[in-house]
Amino acid sequence: MAPSSGRRQPPSAEELDERNIVGINKETVTNTVSNDYPENYANEEHAWDKDAFRNSFKVQWHQNEQFEAQFSLVGVDASIANAFRRILIAEIPTLAIDIVYIHNNTSVIQDEVLAHRLGLIPFTGGKKGLREWMRFWRRPAEGEGAYDTTFDNNTVCLKLKAQCTHNKNAPANSKDPKELYHNAHLYAKDITFEPLGAQPKFFSGEDAIRPFNPDILIAKLRPHQEVDIEMHMHKGYGWDHAKWSPVATASYRLMPTITITQPILGDDARKFAGCFMDGVIGLEPVTRQEARQKGSGYEGHEGELKAVVKDPMRDTVSREALRHPEFEGKVKLGRRRDHFIFSIESTGQWDSDELFLEAVKTLKKKCQVLRPQVTNMVYTY
Amino acid sequence: MSSVREAYQIPSSAGAAGASGAASGTRSSAFDIDGGASIHYICGDCGTKFPLKRNDPIRCKECGCRVLYKERTKRMVQFEAR
Repeated sequence: MAPSSGRRQPPSAEELDERNIVGINKETVTNTVSNDYPENYANEEHAWDKDAFRNSFKVQWHQNEQFEAQFSLVGVDASIANAFRRILIAEIPTLAIDIVYIHNNTSVIQDEVLAHRLGLIPFTGGKKGLREWMRFWRRPAEGEGAYDTTFDNNTVCLKLKAQCTHNKNAPANSKDPKELYHNAHLYAKDITFEPLGAQPKFFSGEDAIRPFNPDILIAKLRPHQEVDIEMHMHKGYGWDHAKWSPVATASYRLMPTITITQPILGDDARKFAGCFMDGVIGLEPVTRQEARQKGSGYEGHEGELKAVVKDPMRDTVSREALRHPEFEGKVKLGRRRDHFIFSIESTGQWDSDELFLEAVKTLKKKCQVLRPQVTNMVYTY
Repeated sequence: MSSVREAYQIPSSAGAAGASGAASGTRSSAFDIDGGASIHYICGDCGTKFPLKRNDPIRCKECGCRVLYKERTKRMVQFEAR
């Protein structure tokens, strides 16, 4: 940079673009830290501004199925995006099996292991009952009875009772245990819901508490083996145990950028496309116009195939293209620092889009708790 | 994996034989008051369930196998699903 003349040129559009891109090179990753804060660049403001944020922030939906959603948050800092991700995983309450009462278990699976397996089965049920009516269960204090804190509006009772027996009508030469025996496999669908108190009002018919995936295998039994279990479900948070996490995965990745700086043609272009995921790089013939343009690198190549970037979002940024000497200096890989591609897969108790809105609500609530404290701090000092 | 099991309880002598019974060394428990209430055993070989009394030979009534198992207790055990 030239010696200071007191005043600097405002940054060009390219420079602004460059600031926002994490460089992904052969062996290094550069420019990883966010830089849009005050006093980082001379003569530039960068103080956080609500209107500026409102103008630049964007949400784009890519996929919005009931239990699987993908969308982009553009123009937000990594700290906020990460807060949403962490809230999604750990701070949205769900209902899960918490206490297991084993009356009998002669299966080969040990009691502890069976209890653990039962806890991890995702359940679903009427949303109104689960979210508005159900409260949190409290562990009874010292001196209280074991069930003094257990009520119909904080506990759901489930039962699993099965006995394996020989099937007299099995085909003579069958070797399949499912044919030879009754109840050879215990599935999540064999768990029955026992409504208590006011629960039938919220959890009946379509809204009954039921396993979201009915075909989860819990245990395998053989004749004379028996399982007789009662279970209590409670509401809880993911930070207590992963079984209460409402998401199978909630993750984000940064939007990849691929810049072809010099033409890649013919067989090279085909090889180049093979370096990326399907659909990332397209092959297009060089047009007459491009071939005519001097210094474009396309002179005399009219009609040949050239590599063009089609859909960088699909790329996994494997850096395979950087390994080949023929592409050296012809391609630049990167990621947009403020473009987060979220992927939320629900375990069934919430819809995926609801989950994200709930995460926003949770963060807002936290901020509302923090604000008076900050105000008080300012008043005190 | 933490589990809350029921605490072990020392079996109380139901006959209330009390001090005299204990002192004489003849232990009396719930099932052999009248020469033995029967208990069910499971054959280690053929898997059949059958009752045995106090002085019966330790032997399966079906197949003659000498390895016998007791049934699991029906007492409830409480676990946290974690």
